[in-house]
Amino acid sequence: MTLNNFPYKDIIHRCFRCGYCKFPVNWTDVNNCPPYARFRMESYSCGGRLWLMRAWLSEQLEWSEHLAEILYACTTCKNCEIKCPLRFSGDIVNMVIASREAMVEKGTIPNKVKTFLENVELYGNPYGLSKSRRASYLYDSVERFKRHEYLLYIGCAGSYDDRAKKAVLALTIILKKGGISFGILAEDEVCDGNEVRSLGEQGLFEMVAQHNIEMFKKNGVKDIITFSPHAYHVFKNHYPAFGGNFKVYHYTHILYQLLKQEKIKLKDSSGLKITYHDPCFLGRWNREYEIPRKIIEKMPNAAIIEMEKNRDASLCCGGGSGNYYIDLLGGSPDSPARRRIREAYEVGANVLITACPKCLIMLNNAVKEEELEGHIAVRDLSEIVLDAC
Amino acid sequence: MDDIYKTLCRIVGNEHCSNRPEELFIYSFDLGTFEPKRPDYVVAPKSVEEIQAIVRLANENNIPVIPLGGGLSLAGLAVPLKGGIIIDLKRMDKIIDVNEKARYALIECGVSQGQLTSYLEQHYPHLTHSEPGAPPAATMAGNIMIHGQGDLAHPYGFTSDMICGLEVVLPHGDILRIGSSAINAGWFSMHPLPDLNVFLGWYGTTGIITKLSIKLFPAKKIRGFGTLVVEDEDLVPEIIYRITHTQLCEDIIAFSRAIPPFASGLHHITVNIGADSEKELEFKQEIIWDDVLGEYIRQDFAGYLGFKRGLERPQVSKTSDYKKGGGFEYVGGIMPVETYPICYKKGREISERHNIPYTVTARVIGAANSMMFAWTYAFNRAEPESIKQAREALHETDGLVLELGGVIWKPGVYGQRLLMERLDPVTKDLMKKIKTLLDPKGIMNPGNWEIF
Repeated sequence: MTLNNFPYKDIIHRCFRCGYCKFPVNWTDVNNCPPYARFRMESYSCGGRLWLMRAWLSEQLEWSEHLAEILYACTTCKNCEIKCPLRFSGDIVNMVIASREAMVEKGTIPNKVKTFLENVELYGNPYGLSKSRRASYLYDSVERFKRHEYLLYIGCAGSYDDRAKKAVLALTIILKKGGISFGILAEDEVCDGNEVRSLGEQGLFEMVAQHNIEMFKKNGVKDIITFSPHAYHVFKNHYPAFGGNFKVYHYTHILYQLLKQEKIKLKDSSGLKITYHDPCFLGRWNREYEIPRKIIEKMPNAAIIEMEKNRDASLCCGGGSGNYYIDLLGGSPDSPARRRIREAYEVGANVLITACPKCLIMLNNAVKEEELEGHIAVRDLSEIVLDAC
Repeated sequence: MDDIYKTLCRIVGNEHCSNRPEELFIYSFDLGTFEPKRPDYVVAPKSVEEIQAIVRLANENNIPVIPLGGGLSLAGLAVPLKGGIIIDLKRMDKIIDVNEKARYALIECGVSQGQLTSYLEQHYPHLTHSEPGAPPAATMAGNIMIHGQGDLAHPYGFTSDMICGLEVVLPHGDILRIGSSAINAGWFSMHPLPDLNVFLGWYGTTGIITKLSIKLFPAKKIRGFGTLVVEDEDLVPEIIYRITHTQLCEDIIAFSRAIPPFASGLHHITVNIGADSEKELEFKQEIIWDDVLGEYIRQDFAGYLGFKRGLERPQVSKTSDYKKGGGFEYVGGIMPVETYPICYKKGREISERHNIPYTVTARVIGAANSMMFAWTYAFNRAEPESIKQAREALHETDGLVLELGGVIWKPGVYGQRLLMERLDPVTKDLMKKIKTLLDPKGIMNPGNWEIF
């Protein structure tokens, strides 16, 4: 692919690089673009990235490993799109993804991205772990999907990552308590493809999406509860293009219904000083800011403290677009997850709650790196609700 | 790896130093029409000590040093004309102190104007600063360095008139303090010591500003703006004169633009007013709109578009999309207010000749002692011909500013040359002596203010 056949060739030069994209909503600092916050070089800013991609596509700049890393450091958090005042703002992330498609096409992607994609293709998950182990910790406690009302789609992180597994387990217990009819696909479940798509492997994404859609249809799935906002996003917004029209819920939607209908009740939660971290794929991408907060508000006597950067202004944990695995933003106090944990700690929270396995993993690690263990805990919303049930 | 690069890495850390093609590419560009020039290195220091070390290294090795703030001057002022080290100062972003009672803020050079605005709104809502019309990423140090103006320019003048103290790293690496801070007496005043300020407007050719103390002003509880529209540009100077006589406004801007087409040829005059109570607001409104401007409205010379509460911050970058091309640049002229009509007519002519939708804007400075008149030209970054046209229009406008008796604001190299041709010889000689004294090797942002 060159600039001439780049799908956004008429737009990519329209970024002026004014820098609005670096800010949260209220201009507190220029650290709301995760890669820019991490490296603080213009090359890593949203505008810098677009200018570099245009230069590469028009052969003004040669490909390099560093160039590829700059491109893949974008977490597709959408902060830039929210902040950009120009009319093409809705295509900024699309331009990043299309540039990645060009790199995939040329076979010049960073090795860790390559491994991520190969693992998804071969094993159905980015970790390269056996399909037979997928969500195996749930096999004794959760039924296989069979004419249940809902498919609970666990996702790769929830299936394999030890920290995320605890949160999934909590969710399944609550769903059962609430009398929800649900099952899982177990070893038949395959990666949702959201990250594959955003990493620019459109062919593999289509394959994964079609596989999942067929699998869902074959099993008679109509309603899906996702554990991850990433799966929620891709099922809801991208699967319909392949004929996958399912009713998709993020698990917070179901928990809220259970609470509203008083099918589960929460007990005293005094002592908790909670701050909520908006996952990008629930918040900025799908405008769901209030349901998780309403759930937290139902916890009697819990103190809720908002971080300054919340909702549209939330700072991404740095794990999006595969970065929870390829990790191009780690290794520094300026890493987005570490910045975020400090923000949570500085507002006086003793618990940071999120509703995304990627955020959970990233922020949980950041607590250790910031040596804040014992001062602030990172919990998934499902875990904190279960504790209070 | 070359020794200079190794040393730079040692000073700022590997992650904040680069000689890789990607960073050299990005930092070679200005956002305007200026031709890109590659630096040899890019560094992003975090402390004054790091800047000192970089400058000393550059001085020892005769390497150019180019300080960069928000990079939004649009005049090519931080393009490495002779290569060298770009010092991206944006990591120096601490708001060190706000002295509430003396109304000033001490900040590092990388603090953006948006950051300062946000900080004050959050922590000192009764204080404000003169917000430049630039995007929030523009740095305050960059704004004073180019003698910028903000939304309190009418009562208080240029942003560079609002300085209470400076810290500067000189070309040989020493730190200079100017103002009351020079005797460790705090950062509240630039006066009354002998004036050593030879840094503002010099684009870093005499030193790198690392800290500044900037005046803050009362933030009124109610802020808003009213708009008057006139068809006859000849009325604008008279209206401005009459509004400024009231001494009741915070900001006065006159503008006219081709887009949207229905407003083309009309002149909008926006008047910002602040008040602490409804009573105060009503009083000010009555004087400005009824007593002073009422007759223009009653005689159908002008239309009143009403008063809107809240500050409407201009999103100037939208201009870059006029040609769907990601680019615009403007010439600013510090002009007598009475030249508004001719500035408008000539500017419109130039735009139309170059097939660019016209945009002209004038901000009143002081008691209408002058105005910053901006002629803006959008271009399409993807079309070399469009860039060329805009550049020609800009150069033509540089000449126009001088022809109309003004001074080019933040001139790029082309404008600097035009100015120097007209510069009083004694002034020019002193400028040269100052530069030679401070920077004998000529390493500081070379190519700018080069006096032969």
